[in-house]
Amino acid sequence: MTLELKNIVKRVGADTHIHETNLKLVGEGFNILLGTTLSGKTTLMQLMAGIDKPTSGEIWFGGANVTGGKVQDRNVSMVYQQFINYPNMTVYENIASPLRVARLPAGEIDKRVQGTADLLKLTPMLQRRPSELSGGQQQRTAIARALVKDADLVLLDEPLANLDYKLREELREELPKLFAGRECTVVYATTEPTEALLLGGHTALLHEGRVVQFGPTSQIYRQPETLIAAQVFSDPPINTASVTKTGGRIALSETVQWDAVGSFAALSDGTYTIGIRPHDIGPEAKNGQCVAIDGEVLVTELSGSESVVHFGVAGSTWVSQSHGVYSFKVGEGTRLYADISRAMLFDADQRLVARQGEAV
Amino acid sequence: MQRIKWMVPTVYIAFLMLPIYWLLNMSFKTTNEILGTFSLWPLEFTVQNYVTIFTDPTWYMGYVNSLIYVTINTVISVAAALPAAYAFSRYKFVGDKHLFFWLLTNRMAPAAVFALPFFQLYSAIGLFDTYIAVALAHTLFNIPLAVWILEGFMSGVPKELDETAYVDGYPFWRFFIKIFLPTIAAGIGVAAFFCFMFSWVELLLAKTLTAVEAKPIAATMTRTASTSGYELGLLAAAGSLTIVPGAFVIYFVRNYIAKGFALGRV
Repeated sequence: MTLELKNIVKRVGADTHIHETNLKLVGEGFNILLGTTLSGKTTLMQLMAGIDKPTSGEIWFGGANVTGGKVQDRNVSMVYQQFINYPNMTVYENIASPLRVARLPAGEIDKRVQGTADLLKLTPMLQRRPSELSGGQQQRTAIARALVKDADLVLLDEPLANLDYKLREELREELPKLFAGRECTVVYATTEPTEALLLGGHTALLHEGRVVQFGPTSQIYRQPETLIAAQVFSDPPINTASVTKTGGRIALSETVQWDAVGSFAALSDGTYTIGIRPHDIGPEAKNGQCVAIDGEVLVTELSGSESVVHFGVAGSTWVSQSHGVYSFKVGEGTRLYADISRAMLFDADQRLVARQGEAV
Repeated sequence: MQRIKWMVPTVYIAFLMLPIYWLLNMSFKTTNEILGTFSLWPLEFTVQNYVTIFTDPTWYMGYVNSLIYVTINTVISVAAALPAAYAFSRYKFVGDKHLFFWLLTNRMAPAAVFALPFFQLYSAIGLFDTYIAVALAHTLFNIPLAVWILEGFMSGVPKELDETAYVDGYPFWRFFIKIFLPTIAAGIGVAAFFCFMFSWVELLLAKTLTAVEAKPIAATMTRTASTSGYELGLLAAAGSLTIVPGAFVIYFVRNYIAKGFALGRV
């Protein structure tokens, strides 16, 4: 079953929360909604679930128009960022509640609750109340409740955001396994590009209430259609600067210039915006296509085996992210190498015109 | 220094407890002793005052009447305030904030203002001297208060809980009764407590709107003289007994009240 949004618009008062959106989700694997806070992820999910109605447009699910239908009549389940469970019920009753509302026979309910609890490692906690559980267990209960009813559409709204690091990794690994082999459309909202890449599937990039791009996650990462798509799907933020192409040369500044090769060479002369992901800039030249950039170190972050340096170059702040431990001193000049072969060029309309030396 | 630290609360509590002690002290004295001598404790200890109250229907029915209309009032106030508070906490509608504030302004006028219109109205429609008359009159003050208290507790529950329930398939009313009400049970307890208290201590309306059938204890208790002259011992015993229900209720809801204060709504 697939979910399709046709010309969906959502306005609240004078504000437009979702601009006209067309989106056809895929029925297997994760559909990831990636965007910053307030980009419209939750609104879009509420529209998909039927909790909220679109101002205009239609929602089709499994070949039927479900626009404006009651959420109770849809076979949907949802998990929120906050750990939402019914505080007055035990974990068992929490998981059983959608089945009880659907009036399933008691034996069937018990079988399914036990099975789901087992899957989510909740069996020892079944008789406890949600307030007696740890955060991770509370969220597991919420996920169990979403799984137990075999919903056609499962909406996960930043389900891991409130968990601490270890639990987040653990659950992130489990999630795709839990949904594998189930016939349902899974939508997963997140603010973290890394999470989208780890979960794979398809990704819709959201920016200020618009779907900027939708497609297989890795493809979107490698080939963002626009500068905004590249910015949304990059953490730390992608480095951008204005470059000028004259003849066979591309110039970032008077001192930083290089020969245009590959598809870059085919571009007409003019001004472009260059985008280089932070991990394509490092203190060592990786290959012959690297360009040396001198800048002033502004901030350094050292996270175990990774060095992140913010440095000032040509009037803007760039970020370099590299494996290995490098010592930089704040305030000092440094020389970093940008791998130009992995850079992207965007035209004046912010559309991608050339990437990694290939034409697009 | 150590002694002063210890002294201050002791003196304060002694001052607080003094009138209550004096009431209890009087209730175990005869009226003659109260009027004739000054004694810090009963010299002629007697429980006759209490015996009179528990055996004479004109006395004990006062308590029964009060408890009946207070209970009716609490039930009506909380039942009416629950849907109202839910609407204020969950929906946006035109003038919602003004309406919410206007509710509170109902509490700003003294009860005496409403005594006359209520008296005339209830007399005209035959509600005078009934339990429901006092119970309804008190809702004027208690519903706004209950709405304010409950709204605070309800807003503390994330609206995602409602959405989760709808997604799970709960119709609204089933969610409201089976999930939402148990979730805000503490708030309902606090709201009910305050309704109970205000209705229990309110004297003017209760006295004005009743004569014999529904006469509250507070009205019986505040008559200073009767056919048998001054009965100060009896009045003191009645007063002591009037403290009991309030103290009893407060004991049970003390933890919730603290929670209500923490929410800034009590």
